[in-house]
Amino acid sequence: MSVRGFVVLAVVLATAVPAVAIADGPPNAADLESELVCPTCKTTLDQSDSPVAQRMKAFVRARIAAGDSEQQIKDALVDQFGEGVLARPPRGGFGALAWAFPLAALGVGAVAVAFLVRAWSRRRVVEADEARLDSRLERLVDEELARFDA
Amino acid sequence: MGYRARLAAQGAAIGLVALLFILLAWSLLHRDGGSLAAAANRGERPTAPDFTLDRIDRDGKLTLSSLRGKVVVVNYWASYCYPCRAEAPFLEDVWRRDRGRDVVVLGVDWQDFRGDARRFMRRYDVSFPVVHDGPGDVGFDYGITGLPETYVIDRQGKVVEAFIGAINTDEDRARLRSAIADAHTT
Repeated sequence: MSVRGFVVLAVVLATAVPAVAIADGPPNAADLESELVCPTCKTTLDQSDSPVAQRMKAFVRARIAAGDSEQQIKDALVDQFGEGVLARPPRGGFGALAWAFPLAALGVGAVAVAFLVRAWSRRRVVEADEARLDSRLERLVDEELARFDA
Repeated sequence: MGYRARLAAQGAAIGLVALLFILLAWSLLHRDGGSLAAAANRGERPTAPDFTLDRIDRDGKLTLSSLRGKVVVVNYWASYCYPCRAEAPFLEDVWRRDRGRDVVVLGVDWQDFRGDARRFMRRYDVSFPVVHDGPGDVGFDYGITGLPETYVIDRQGKVVEAFIGAINTDEDRARLRSAIADAHTT
């Protein structure tokens, strides 16, 4: 392995190891509270002090202390309060629509923009051709006038 | 873009805005349950929104309309609601005294943990049927604005009277008994 290859590998490993460690570590209560919604006030738990939000926060902390994963905690809360407690909709089932719709809208928008840009650029080419034609005609008229004057 | 294409795009945009407006209006009308309590207390007897929810006191589900022919006292509560604790013994008393007279007290545990609700039921000796409305959708259909709230529903499924807040004074208790008697006569 070249020196350059070794350096690249070292950098990749140095950045990958902490990422794996974070992913495998216990969930963070503050992060979870920003990803869960209070069913009464419809804001994330970190923004709410309603009685049910306080109870949910206590539940999250108790489950973290008990060793539950982030997914286990979210699943338990969905079982109690429904999928509305997730600030981000699930990627599967009906929730996939929430992810797919903006992407589809983005795609449709991109196609529409491309179509419009193409239409405008074609119009400019035609206008430029027309302008070129006009200058040629002008030159012919000038030549005819010059011949007429002569 | 041609004239027709532009016209079609404008029409689609206007249609989309109109659709969003209709959805917004529908949502507001169907969430305005506060009007249900107000209508009931004006004597209009609106139809109680039907629901099917999981039971907490035992396995299975319970549908409100399956109780048609009985007077139903629907009580929205939660374990973290302090005023609910004060009124629970009175509702239990109503259930025990009137259940033989076709009166059902039905608790709806609203936006609460089932485990907490069961502990509440044990602590306050609640033996009437209780269902779980975790997401709170049924409560929103009734337009509840806080906890507790209680709706007296007659034999035909119409709301006779609504109680916003705890039933914890002699006057409130007399009003509930009067509403139950009234619901029996219709």
